[in-house]
Amino acid sequence: MKRFEGLEKLTGRTLFIDDLPLENCLWGATVRSPAARGTIRQVRVPNHLEGSGLVLVDHRDLPGPNVVSLITDDWPILAAETVRHRYEPVMLVAAESRAAARRAAAQIEVVVDPLPAALDFRQTPTAEQIQVGDDNVLKQLKIERGEVDEALAAAPIVVEGEYETGAQEHVYLEPQGMAAWLDGEVVVVHGSLQCPYYVESALTRALDLPAERVRVIQAATGGGFGGKEDFPSIVAIHAALLAIKAQRPIKLIYDRGEDMAATTKRHPAWIRHRTGLSEEGQILAHDIEVVLDGGAYVTLSPVVLSRGMIHAAGPYACDHVRIRGRAMMTNSVPFGAFRGFGAPQTLFAIERHMDVIAKQIGVDPVKLRRLNLLTDGQATATGQVIDDGTDRQQVLSRALDLSRFTYKRSQHTAFNAEHAYLRRGIGLACFFHGAGFTGSGERAMKSLLHVAGLADGRVEVLSASTEIGQGTTTIFTQIAADQLRLDPEQILIAQPDTWRVPDNGPTVASRTTMVVGRLIERACDNLRERVGLDAAATGTELQAALVAWHEEHPDEELLGSARYQQPPGIEWDDETYRGDAYSAYGWATYVAEVEVDLRTYTARVIDFVAVQEIGKVLNETLARGQIQGGVVQGIGWALLEECRWQEGGMANHQLTNYIIPTSDDVPSIRVAFLENPYPHGGQGAKGIGELPLDGPAPAIFNAVAAATGVDPRVLPLVPERLMELIEQ
Amino acid sequence: MIEVTFTLNGSPTTVQVDDTERLLDTLRDRLALPGTKEGCGEGECGSCTVYVDGLPANACLIPTFQVKGRGVETVESLDPARLAPLHESGATQCGACTPGVALTALWILDQPELLKTHSLRELMAGNLCRCTGYNGIIEGIRKGLTEQAAREGRD
Amino acid sequence: MAIHQPSTLSEACALLATHNRGSDRDLAPSPLVPIAGGTDLYTHWPQRPDEHAKSYLDLSGIEELRAVRWRNDSLTLGALVTYWRLIQDRTCWSALPMLVQAARQVGAVQIQTRGTWAGNIANASPAADGVPVMMAYDAVVELVSSEGREEIPLADFYQGYKQMRMRPDQLIRSIRIPRRSFLFQRFEKVGSRNAQAITKVGVAIARSGAGWRVVANSVAPTVCRCPTIEALLDDKVTVRGPDDLATALSQDIAPIDDIRSTARYRRRVLARLLYFALRESCSAFE
Ligand SMILES: Cc1cc2nc3c(=O)[nH]c(=O)nc-3n(C[C@H](O)[C@H](O)[C@H](O)COP(=O)(O)OP(=O)(O)OC[C@H]3O[C@@H](n4cnc5c(N)ncnc54)[C@H](O)[C@@H]3O)c2cc1C
Ligand code: FES
Ligand code: FES
Repeated sequence: MKRFEGLEKLTGRTLFIDDLPLENCLWGATVRSPAARGTIRQVRVPNHLEGSGLVLVDHRDLPGPNVVSLITDDWPILAAETVRHRYEPVMLVAAESRAAARRAAAQIEVVVDPLPAALDFRQTPTAEQIQVGDDNVLKQLKIERGEVDEALAAAPIVVEGEYETGAQEHVYLEPQGMAAWLDGEVVVVHGSLQCPYYVESALTRALDLPAERVRVIQAATGGGFGGKEDFPSIVAIHAALLAIKAQRPIKLIYDRGEDMAATTKRHPAWIRHRTGLSEEGQILAHDIEVVLDGGAYVTLSPVVLSRGMIHAAGPYACDHVRIRGRAMMTNSVPFGAFRGFGAPQTLFAIERHMDVIAKQIGVDPVKLRRLNLLTDGQATATGQVIDDGTDRQQVLSRALDLSRFTYKRSQHTAFNAEHAYLRRGIGLACFFHGAGFTGSGERAMKSLLHVAGLADGRVEVLSASTEIGQGTTTIFTQIAADQLRLDPEQILIAQPDTWRVPDNGPTVASRTTMVVGRLIERACDNLRERVGLDAAATGTELQAALVAWHEEHPDEELLGSARYQQPPGIEWDDETYRGDAYSAYGWATYVAEVEVDLRTYTARVIDFVAVQEIGKVLNETLARGQIQGGVVQGIGWALLEECRWQEGGMANHQLTNYIIPTSDDVPSIRVAFLENPYPHGGQGAKGIGELPLDGPAPAIFNAVAAATGVDPRVLPLVPERLMELIEQ
Repeated sequence: MIEVTFTLNGSPTTVQVDDTERLLDTLRDRLALPGTKEGCGEGECGSCTVYVDGLPANACLIPTFQVKGRGVETVESLDPARLAPLHESGATQCGACTPGVALTALWILDQPELLKTHSLRELMAGNLCRCTGYNGIIEGIRKGLTEQAAREGRD
Repeated sequence: MAIHQPSTLSEACALLATHNRGSDRDLAPSPLVPIAGGTDLYTHWPQRPDEHAKSYLDLSGIEELRAVRWRNDSLTLGALVTYWRLIQDRTCWSALPMLVQAARQVGAVQIQTRGTWAGNIANASPAADGVPVMMAYDAVVELVSSEGREEIPLADFYQGYKQMRMRPDQLIRSIRIPRRSFLFQRFEKVGSRNAQAITKVGVAIARSGAGWRVVANSVAPTVCRCPTIEALLDDKVTVRGPDDLATALSQDIAPIDDIRSTARYRRRVLARLLYFALRESCSAFE
């Protein structure tokens, strides 16, 4: 099936929130902190702005508590007495035009008495820098299995390594934006977002309104990558506050510069490995420390830390594992959800570390991985016994074949000996990614989904899962049509609207196709039962039954429903961090071939192979597109994308200075799938969305190491950094 | 305010605009053509691509007064049938970059001789896409070129 | 504030004479800002409201400025000639290939179709890519005003960061580039990616009967010739590796650390680009 809304997008008919007319609206803008940390002495509104019809909102206008509801109640909607990061919102303005609002916001001055800021998450904060607890630690976790210290002491070889990754900006092509208005007693918010129910709960709390008086509707959303998971809540609250104060509809649309400066990003990380090995290279013990920069507020850092730690030991068997992690508070913009959720950071570290080990003990990197890859019956770091029937060795072999790994390696040796200044190398990374929420998350969520049988015989899927480019609409149509034996034309997918669709959880964690897709199948079955048909019924029979039902029950709603059921045999203990962290994993091996120019110290990816096992592939074009897009984001993160910090704020918050790949910076990404249908996922699928972010960086770093002989450990590997390594 | 007359998607158009207004804002806010998107406002992303006298250009960098007497075409003028190969190849995901991508892609399809000197990847480099990784876009154009060549061969 | 849209050069000069003349430009009521392709002037437009209130002189309606004129001994580019126009010119590919190479590396197609060579000169960015190749080709800038015309070699045009030998009432009318036969020519641009990249360090090298020209960008307050390197080449001094060029280079350039790169990187990479390029054509390079 072709992308459902593809032609509409190609012809420019898809309307994003900034494209939608909003009658009689005012334009919002945000006044932000100029300082990383301090006490707000004054907010200076110039005289000519007072009484000019401008609408102003600050923390005193809040009807409810001054918190953006997420995990911890520390993130203010509008800073009151103190600010904790540069670009923190302090005041809102609304004016008759976008330009007037922008101008007014620029003229309002926030005067801050500075306090000592904590800007480096790797350093122990000084007493004056402490702002959270007595150590600025936002969250601390530990995974432990076996006797690590004894195993390390007994191991014939111990290899240590430290690795670092930088922040990454999402650069969804459509910046954040919300519209808000009052419909009688009801506050309606319409905008660019991933998770309507997150926004709803943040709004009801902030506005102190019951759920019936808040309605959240998703507009077409131009990319998210996690950036529209946490942050839209604050934009939505801001827009709603202005609408309430002004009693007029509000549009609050960020421009690129504001979006890059003020919104969340991928957590920077520092990771240390101590690995005990046998002479042959078998991993005997892991001692891993993970430190994340959480930024100014908690947002989703605990969950990012947890996912990062669960993936930190890689897809390898080992009986003695200790992983300690913490997320540190710093005075930079809060770091938040970003595709991969901590796993790209820790998988970068372990997969680069595997090559460091290979070199140090003189074992081939492929062999080292073959020796240690999990086989069915063996357990992960959390003690989860893997038994899914996937041939992980085969995933690796396929990637080696497709990339002609061994042949390339010998070719490169000859090439590098010949060429004056070009050096080629090839590198790989083996990894895995847990699909769905961590641990008991899905069970706690209790997702609910409906499919409605309509009077004209069509069927509408009522789900809160959003289309943000990843293909939800197409996949859901396909699943419902297949399940009910209907033509896809007969399926409607409701636009997520909290007044129309039930809460089947957020569109995150690669869970939509696998978890929600399965709910659609079950809700379809339930719909069929409700009209007295069994699974053998044809689509024609079903449609006739729907029409007949409605004739008998005029004005009534006919819903098939399904609520999440945990697959059997899943056990997780949140206290000890032991057990089945995810109900399913995707498995992958990625291979990168690079060329380094020793004149300019620039590394360029010249070939890329991505092989993965993700259960059943439901739609080849969409699945391939997810992988290719993720890989290119990963290439950007590895080689180009660097947030340049200045007083905790991003100095290069422009697309001309924050460098994402163009079409001319990346090769064609070659993708292959191995399919091992997962019985509890929609049509046998496992999650796919985040996996491709995990592999590119380590594969590329390993390739650069192979090409040049240097040992790169800090990401991104921009030419200035590679120069220092080569010149050492 | 100044008055600017030009040809828009084939029709003569006159519009009153602020003196230094950008073509991007004129199209979106005054002429109800929201297909042209603003992804950056700095000429980097190409979401605001339009044709001016047949050449792709970024509407965020063009003062509307400069299109006086010229021909401007926006995504709304494109023939959907010609976009089918892009659709089939997965050239769009979230759709934010897509109108710009569609314009540049069809411009290339209109003059395949460009490929004697340029690669598709070089020609598409002014359209940033954060979703597709570019494969779907490049394959879509290639497919369009092949189909077009086959059609021309038949005629 | 006003928009002026002359259709002839003399009209344009007359407007500039009225608005932009006087010993102290700032005293003029509203000096006119010439605008060609707008690719420098209009970036981040909504965030720069002060610019909205200025008066503009739109050059785009002056047809005579669009001409590309090939003569036996020179190429003359009217001030409205765009990068794309030259990329489409097959004569340029063979006669003055560095112009095409530089043009193809300016931004991407959407910038190349609007951006002009004259705008690149008048914007006076040290990172400009059109300027080094034109300078290496010994281009001459032709300025006009209501008082007459004047020619200035591009190599003498810049006096400091964003300082030019051009009065506010003058316009660039054209750029004349001599046609020579070249023994060697090479343009190297290093940006932070392959397209849509501002140059971190770049160099244009040309060798003709007129001698060596080595012009670097992004390594000094202006695009600049490297006379010490040129002399070293003319004198056929033996060079054993990139490091041998460092001393000479340090007399020619003054790179800085900024948001895009570091002085150290710029220095090193320029030396290496020069070394590996020149090794192909100079026997003195080992
Ligand atoms: C996304 C993007 C990428 C870019 N990439 C590059 C790049 O890779 N390399 C590069 O060199 N540049 C790059 N640029 C900068 C720009 O495109 C070039 O400098 C271009 O040549 C400017 O020409 P223009 O006609 O658009 O100038 P305008 O913006 O119209 O004018 C620039 C300046 O020149 C003055 N001016 C213009 N014409 C005349 C004249 N005839 N007489 C007197 N003054 C005049 C104007 O008053 C103004 O001060 C990029 C710009 C953008 C937005
Ligand atoms: S909005 Fe014009 S190039 Fe990005
Ligand atoms: S499809 Fe989302 S940015 Fe290109």
